[in-house]
Amino acid sequence: MSSQSDPLPDSFRLSMLIYDTRYRSMTIQIVALIGALLGALFLIDNTISNLNALGKEIDFGFLSEPAGYDINQRLVDYMSRDTHLRASFIGLLNTLLIAVLGCAMATVLGVVIGVLRLSSNWLVARIMTVYVEMFRNVPVLLWIVLAMAVLIESLPSPRDFRGENPEASMMLFDSVAITNRGFYIPEALFSRSFGNIHFFGDSSLRFDLSLDLLALLAVLFGSIYAVRRLGKWAHAKQEATGLRPTTWHYTLAILVVPMLILLTVLGFHLGYPELKGFNFSGGTYMRNSLIALWLALSMYTAAFIAEIVRGGILAISKGQTEAASALGLRPSRTMRLVILPQAMRVIIPPLISQYLNLTKNSSLAIAVGYMDITGTLGGITMNQTGRELESVLMLMLVYLVISLSISLVMNWYNERVKLVER
Amino acid sequence: MSDTNAQSVRYVRDTILPQQPPPASAVGFIGWARANLFSSWFNSVLTVISLAFIFYVLSGVIPWVFQSVWNANSLSECREVMVATWGDTHGHACWGVIKERWLQLLFGFYPPELYWRPIVALGLLLVALAPVLYAEKVPSKLLIVTALYPFVMPWLLWGGTIWAPLMVMAGFGLGYMAYTILSTKIGSLGAIIAGVLVPIVWWLFLSGAVASALASVLPLALQSVESRQFGGFMLSTLIGVVAIGCSLPIGIFLALGRRSDLLILRALCVGFIEFIRGVPLITLLFVASTLLNIFMPPGTNFDIILRVIIMVTLFAAAYMAEVIRGGLAALPKGQYEGADSLGLNYWQSQRLIIMPQALKISIPGIVSTFIGVFKDTTLVSIIGLLDPLGLSNAIRADAAWNGIYWELFAYIAVLFFIVCFGMSRYSMSLEKRLRTDHR
Repeated sequence: MSSQSDPLPDSFRLSMLIYDTRYRSMTIQIVALIGALLGALFLIDNTISNLNALGKEIDFGFLSEPAGYDINQRLVDYMSRDTHLRASFIGLLNTLLIAVLGCAMATVLGVVIGVLRLSSNWLVARIMTVYVEMFRNVPVLLWIVLAMAVLIESLPSPRDFRGENPEASMMLFDSVAITNRGFYIPEALFSRSFGNIHFFGDSSLRFDLSLDLLALLAVLFGSIYAVRRLGKWAHAKQEATGLRPTTWHYTLAILVVPMLILLTVLGFHLGYPELKGFNFSGGTYMRNSLIALWLALSMYTAAFIAEIVRGGILAISKGQTEAASALGLRPSRTMRLVILPQAMRVIIPPLISQYLNLTKNSSLAIAVGYMDITGTLGGITMNQTGRELESVLMLMLVYLVISLSISLVMNWYNERVKLVER
Repeated sequence: MSDTNAQSVRYVRDTILPQQPPPASAVGFIGWARANLFSSWFNSVLTVISLAFIFYVLSGVIPWVFQSVWNANSLSECREVMVATWGDTHGHACWGVIKERWLQLLFGFYPPELYWRPIVALGLLLVALAPVLYAEKVPSKLLIVTALYPFVMPWLLWGGTIWAPLMVMAGFGLGYMAYTILSTKIGSLGAIIAGVLVPIVWWLFLSGAVASALASVLPLALQSVESRQFGGFMLSTLIGVVAIGCSLPIGIFLALGRRSDLLILRALCVGFIEFIRGVPLITLLFVASTLLNIFMPPGTNFDIILRVIIMVTLFAAAYMAEVIRGGLAALPKGQYEGADSLGLNYWQSQRLIIMPQALKISIPGIVSTFIGVFKDTTLVSIIGLLDPLGLSNAIRADAAWNGIYWELFAYIAVLFFIVCFGMSRYSMSLEKRLRTDHR
């Protein structure tokens, strides 16, 4: 490499900044930096002078003013006299809610469709191809407004449930009501509840965390950990003696018994929705905008995930399957022990970037009136206060933080599977 | 020796039997169905369920599409016809709305007597694309159309004096002239700087005066159309085509910047790409609709469609950069070293060795980015532009068509499907054509 550098010149000339390979990269970089700084300065200077001309200043004080609008789908308490910051916080929680729900359903749907596209059944494979092409080639916004229209137009309204001979009836033993205003599903109630922990006092970011939920999660993760330990023990036993002890009934017991005990201690029961007057009350209410967004986003993203899953499975060479069957593994075990672990390495990175896309696409909630962060901070708050610059900056910052955290997870995973590679 | 067998065995076949046809259950439709539809009991169950599903869907869709009302001026009129003909209003489409509004869904509020201009622009687009898409079948002289198209298309769509696009073209011509004349005299660097500066000076200070002078001598102009009259599928196509066309070169430079050894340049490119990819397009469109005028010098007020196109282009370029970076990373290192050992400089090796291969590898990704951009143009309806989705809301606001959903959505979805599906099929055929390895 050292032979590439030019012989030392006698003296420094200005043209060497361009023509001498030792200085050229420096020159280009400094010019680029100066150009970028000048560009940024230009934009900032323009912004300041424009804002001065409009008589505005960059001021985030509007966040502590009362919002004055209502948010009807929310995870934590909110009233219209709460601040704009509180409204944005509710919106952020709603964004995260739709992202989590959507990713979960899109994964399930996508994996099923991707596997079925590889089915040896010609008809099933064709139907799934039609599904994928249909969803991939039509804009997601169209699917969202279409889903909303389906829900509003084709489902019964709550008043159809009234009277002696109602036009519509509740489903699943009178526990679920599907109406054009949204879905009413049973809610989990605890008669001997542990109560809540309250965070952040009286501030705009306050929220309650249910101790019951924490306890349930703790027991669940504890059980899963115990099951994994049991699996390891069985594995060690198999290595030592050649026989694998039967563990499935222990596994079942570990998973079910502690959870049942906890639920009994908490006094778990379901609260069913009931028709009162012109609407339902009780139960958990999922607004139709949430349902429409959830359905449309997850079905749209599922088409992409299906392609990723299909590609991942096809990427594993046929020799692997043949080697596994030569070893005498059954097809189901070949899939579980040979194909899937290798396919996962191909599937997971693009899968996570699909999760990212779904989260970003959830900003289209504004088209159906679901109050996510775009609908609150970038919608009503921005229009009411006229603080476009501050609102859009905050909105971008929130999405950037979400995206970068998902990217971090992806990088961490990539590093982890890289170690497994030779 | 040969006699021994003949005496001990009673019968020896001395001719080969004619080949029998395979059994009827193994060939033809039956054999195919047995292999592909009923190979096991599970597959048979799946087939039956699938057939039931297909029947269910088609029994709903086919009557809806074909037992429909074409001649009606409002939804209520549609329903009257339905009740008179079939007895109910369910399960029948009212295509009257499409018959009445299909031109509006295609062109927005563009003046009807000027519809020929977007149509000519679309036709010229196809002519301009032909030498790029089908390079070996179409004479390369058509590339002149491709080069002229960026100047002709805005003039056709927005109208106005013909001298404005000509002056912009003249700027490029002047820059090229300055470069060729000066490169022999003062060296290539000075010539490049002059080649950039001359057109800028021309556009900023001289072209306006020259254009108005020429216009007063020879007033050649098309009737001008304002941006707010643009709409429908034409608007989607306009935004999509410009964003697709501009994002590819910008994306290539961003990808090269991200992979370069120059630290500051790389940091700038990474920052830009990750920022754009980290935020949803809708926030960038908010920037276009509310903030872009604040970022520009006081007094500038440029067109909303142009602002949207700028933001969509930047958005697409960041995604394109990542796709092309993937292609660059997939190239074996030997290609870079081979280019170096031939003594090619950076730009030569990129142009002649690296990019042709990297772009070929990334064709599927590039085309799916194109499709994504085209689909994302529907988002402009959220900031109030009248793309097909925005227009469908406007149509529904009309008292005559209040409450009509399916027909409009079906029409829009079919339009988008045709374009996007066509693009993905073209990319598959291109991949096949460019495949040089022998599989």
